[in-house]
Amino acid sequence: MKEFKGRVLNGGYFKGEAVVSHQGVNTLASFQSSAIMHADKVKIADQNNPDIFQKNVTGKALCLPQTIGSTTGGMVLQVICSMGINPSCLLFSEHIDSLAGAGVILSVVWENSELIAIDQLGQEFLDTVRSGDIIEVTEDGTVRIL
Amino acid sequence: MAYRHKMKLTPAQVDILEGKQGAVKAKVMETIVRYGDMFEATELVPVTHGEGHLVTSFGLSLLKPVYRIMDELISAGLKVEEGFTIDPRPYDPENVSYNPLDRLMYSKILYGAQESYEKQLAQLGLKSGDSFTCTCYYPEIGNVPDKGDVLSWAESSAVNYANSVLGARCNRNSGMIELFGSIVGFVPKFGLLTDEGRKARWKVTVNTTKKPLPQILGSAIGIKVMEDVPYVVGLDRWIGNELTDECKSYLKDFGAATASNGAVGLYHVENVTPEAREFGETLLCDGYNEYVIDDAELERVYRSYPVMWKHPEKKGTIAFVGCPHLSSTQLEEWADRILDGLKSGDRRKVACQTILCTPVPVRKAFENTEKYALLRKSGVEVTSICPLMYTSNPLTKSRRIMTCSNKLRTYSLARYYKDDELLAIITGKEE
Repeated sequence: MKEFKGRVLNGGYFKGEAVVSHQGVNTLASFQSSAIMHADKVKIADQNNPDIFQKNVTGKALCLPQTIGSTTGGMVLQVICSMGINPSCLLFSEHIDSLAGAGVILSVVWENSELIAIDQLGQEFLDTVRSGDIIEVTEDGTVRIL
Repeated sequence: MAYRHKMKLTPAQVDILEGKQGAVKAKVMETIVRYGDMFEATELVPVTHGEGHLVTSFGLSLLKPVYRIMDELISAGLKVEEGFTIDPRPYDPENVSYNPLDRLMYSKILYGAQESYEKQLAQLGLKSGDSFTCTCYYPEIGNVPDKGDVLSWAESSAVNYANSVLGARCNRNSGMIELFGSIVGFVPKFGLLTDEGRKARWKVTVNTTKKPLPQILGSAIGIKVMEDVPYVVGLDRWIGNELTDECKSYLKDFGAATASNGAVGLYHVENVTPEAREFGETLLCDGYNEYVIDDAELERVYRSYPVMWKHPEKKGTIAFVGCPHLSSTQLEEWADRILDGLKSGDRRKVACQTILCTPVPVRKAFENTEKYALLRKSGVEVTSICPLMYTSNPLTKSRRIMTCSNKLRTYSLARYYKDDELLAIITGKEE
């Protein structure tokens, strides 16, 4: 078991599957299609991200360095949270970026979302965790790869 | 109980946070303060260029949370006092050919909330019906901040341009955050609002044998530096030192590609952009990274773009030019090149549906010209929509959309072509 500690942006408990992107996740390109299609799961649609392209992230822990792309990003995250099809956790190896940060806050303040967000887990976290790993996240920002 | 903020707030700001100007404004303020705290902002600073720019211009039916918040803001009597511009409309049945199914999809299903959303926008401070463009900084639109102005804008390409070419200060705000900052008149001081945050972590040397295409150069840099600030040297050799219309159009397209292929909010170009002219290489951080771009590197990046069409062997059916919107100079150039290409190939009509996108005031002025009449005769459509929103329609997925915009390529299934390649296809010179 490997353990990592990050900064808690919005805390909570989670145990479940990890989906890992080693490159920045483009929120608009990744989530928009599923939202438009009123899908019951988010299937990543970003053609430029082979790590997670076409993977289901709903209810899972999305592990990533940061998000990138359009400034609709935060709002898109808010929308998928309001639809209840969001990843349960966002686990950032780096400092959260301004678009994802906005999305987390909009979801928490305006949607009462329980989206868990932890950042600054470090590069070693992203180098260690693999898609499909079962991980446990606790309130204090500890992430365990089981 | 009011949110326990970490940053320094003035007594007036605390009053807003504690609800002394109403519960909804308190919630707006809480969002802004939490946002700042997340980024270790030291304080909230006044927005000095009060005209906002919003990214969310489309009445997508699924954006229910946005409409609900808008209603709350309107009910509380909140608005952007100095008004705002906003990204392009998604649908233009007057100037773009749609089949009946598309019309139904855009007007009733996909963007069925457009009319009611635009009413909300008007109540919140939308300047006019001509204000729908991603390039609000063109003189024809007039939302042009001064160097050093603090903004509360979104739209990655507009923020990128305002920071880099105009020398204004704005973070890469998300949709809704930009509206909230414009309403309360304050934004958190962090990142690109600080001198330190505007320093470059990358020195990018352009070492090409010809003028690089802005869309590919920007893409290469965006992919490499992600959200860092690049300091670009060697580009002035190709684009000159003066911020002419041509140079600004180049930087607009270059910047949009850095912002969409990466997350660049600010770039400096040696001897060209205002801060690079003023401070030179002192803008480079200690221990900066280096990236050298030559012809081979640009070709490598270009070749790496995936073709997402179901039948990549077939010809494209729709060509989009103008993401971000074409400037009047660019619109004239594309018109000339298409008309010249048709003439030299002895063709009367373009070979595929061809859509040029430009802001409403630029289009209206262009519509009075003879060139516009010739273009229309050749089948070219000139509109002010957002091409990306056109591609949001699931029915377009099988249409083999072509573009010379790296932003559109990134966010859709559109295939990227270099300008000359796309022109050859449009004018029927390439099968």
